[in-house]
Amino acid sequence: MADLIQYLIIVPLAAAFLIPLFAKKARWLCQVLAQAGVLIITALSFAIALYVKDGLTLIYNVGRWPVPTGISLVVDSLSAFMLVISNFVMLVIVLYSNSYIKKYSDTWKHYSLLMMVVSGVNGVLVTGDIFNLYVFLEIASIAVYALFAFGLRKESFEAAFKYAVMSTVASTFVLLGIAVLYSYVSTLNMAGIASALTAKEQSGSVIKFVTVLFLMGFGLKAALVPFHSWLPDAYSESPATVPAISSGILIKVLGVYTLGRILFNVFGMQPAVSHILLALAVMSMVLGGIMAFGQTNVRRLLGYSSISQIGYIFLALGVGTKLALVGGLFHILNHSISKSLLFLNVGLVEDHPDMAKKPVNAFTALAGAMSICGVPPTGGFWSKLIIIIACIEAGHIALAFIAVVVSIFTIAYYFRALTPVLFSQGKAAEARPGAKGMPFSMGFAVILLAVISVASGVVLMPNAANALLTGAVNILIGGTGYASAAMGALR
Amino acid sequence: MVTYILCLMLFCVGLYCVLRKRNLIKIIIGIGIMGYAVNLFIILAGYRAQSRAPIYANDQIVARMVDPLPQAMVMTSIVLELSVTLILIAIAIRIYEKYGTFDITKINKLKG
Repeated sequence: MADLIQYLIIVPLAAAFLIPLFAKKARWLCQVLAQAGVLIITALSFAIALYVKDGLTLIYNVGRWPVPTGISLVVDSLSAFMLVISNFVMLVIVLYSNSYIKKYSDTWKHYSLLMMVVSGVNGVLVTGDIFNLYVFLEIASIAVYALFAFGLRKESFEAAFKYAVMSTVASTFVLLGIAVLYSYVSTLNMAGIASALTAKEQSGSVIKFVTVLFLMGFGLKAALVPFHSWLPDAYSESPATVPAISSGILIKVLGVYTLGRILFNVFGMQPAVSHILLALAVMSMVLGGIMAFGQTNVRRLLGYSSISQIGYIFLALGVGTKLALVGGLFHILNHSISKSLLFLNVGLVEDHPDMAKKPVNAFTALAGAMSICGVPPTGGFWSKLIIIIACIEAGHIALAFIAVVVSIFTIAYYFRALTPVLFSQGKAAEARPGAKGMPFSMGFAVILLAVISVASGVVLMPNAANALLTGAVNILIGGTGYASAAMGALR
Repeated sequence: MVTYILCLMLFCVGLYCVLRKRNLIKIIIGIGIMGYAVNLFIILAGYRAQSRAPIYANDQIVARMVDPLPQAMVMTSIVLELSVTLILIAIAIRIYEKYGTFDITKINKLKG
C-alpha cells in the first residue's frame, strides 16, 4: 500500500505533461486525460483513507534511500482526510469544467495547470520533509498565478500580479524559516525535527522566530486577516473554476493543513501561539463578515465569506481541545464542498443568465449558502455548533459569543446576495443567443456537491468517515507524538 | 557574525524594494534580491569553519567539509525562483500591453 503513495504525485504530473503534447492533435484527449488522472487519484486517496483510518501510518522512502538521507512520504489519518476532500472537490471541478471552459481558447492550458495544482497539493499533503513541502507549495502556487490570469482581462492580470507578488514574499518567509530551522536542528525530516526539538531542553527564541515566519508565510496562503487582501481581488476576475479551487482546496491545504501540521506535530502547540491563532481567527471572522456586507459583486462577497469561514477553522485550531479540532476539521470539509459549489453556481449563472431561477441552480445555491450560514439540517450547522460548544467548554465564552454573532451576520449577507438573484419576481434574463440548456456535466457537478453539503452531517455518526475524522483529530491532539509514529513505522 | 548581518540587510533591501517601489519591474527585482538573500543565508548555515567543498575523490581524505545539503536546497530554490520570476515578468508584460504603464498607482481597476 505504501508504494501507492507516490502515484498521488506522479499521475497528475504525468497528465500535466501529456496534455500539452496532445493539445494540437486531439483536443478531446486533453479532457479525457485530465478526467482520468483526477479519477485515478481520487480512487487512490479513498483507498488509502480506508487503509489508514484506524491510525496506521504509511511511509514510502523515495528512491529507497533510508530516512536521514532520503525524502520520505508519510500518510497518516490527517493527510488522508485532506487528500480525500481535496481530490474529490477537484474531481467535481474538472467534471464541471468540461463544459464550462469551452468559451475560452486554449482550454488545454487550463487542464494542464489544473493538474499541476493537483500534484502540488497532493505533494504538500503526503510529504514528510519540510523542504519538500516548500517545493510542492511553490509548484501549486505558481500554477495558480497563471490560472488567476487566465481570464486575459485587465483586472485579472492586475489581480494575478498582486497575488503572485504577495504569495512569493510569503514563500520567501517560509524558506527563511526552514533555513533557520535547519541550521538549528540539522535535519529536514519533519519527524526528525520534532524529535530533535523534544531532545533539546530549551529551544525558546529560535522556535518563536520560526513560528512567526511560518505564521506570516502560511497565513498569507490561508488568507488570514492581516494577509487577506489578495483574495477578493483574485476571485473577482477569473474563470469560476479557479476561485472554486482556490477557496475549496488551496487555502485549506497550503494554509490550514501546513500550519496545523507544523504547529501541532512538529513544534508542539505552545499557549502563546494558540493565543496568536485565536486573535487572528477573531479578526478574520469579524472583518471578513463586515467587509462582505459592503460588496455588490457576488464573487467578492463569497471571497470575504471565505476569509470569515477560515477564521472559524483557525478558532478551532486555537482552542485546540479534542472537540474543537473535530469541529475545525469537519468545518474544512463543509466549507470546501459548499464554497466550491457556490462558485460553480456563479459560473453557471454568468454563462447562462436564464439559468439563475431554474430550480437546479436555485436550490443547489441555496443548499450551499445554507451550509455556510449554518442552517440546521446541513453539515455547516453541525461543524459551527461543535466549534461554539468547544469554545464554551474551554472557557472562551466571549469567543463563542463572537462566533454566534458572526454566524448571524453570515445569514444576513447571504440573504442579501441570493434573494435578488434567485427569488425576485422580475422576468427571467434573456438567454444568450446560441446558448443551449444547462450542460449535463455542470448540472451533475452542482447537484452532487449540493447533496453532500446538505448530508455531510452523516460524518458525525459512527462509520468509516467518522473513524477517519477521529483519526485525523487524534493525530493533531497527539502533538509531537507524530515523530514516534512516523519514525516507528520506519523501523 | 558580520556576514549574517549583511545577509539580513540584503533581505531588508529586497523587502523595502517590494514594499516601496512603484514600478512593476522594480518590484520583481526586489523579489529577486530577497530570494538571493535567503539563498545566501542557507549557504551560510551550511558553512563550517576552515573546511572545504564536499567532493569525494579516490586519492583524497576530506577531514572537514561544509554541509552539502544546504547547497542542494539552494539549487532547488534557485530553480523555483527562476520560474516565479518568469511568470511575474510574463504577467507584467501583459499588464503593460493592457494598461500602457508599469506604474502601480495607475493600475487600480480593483477596489473594495
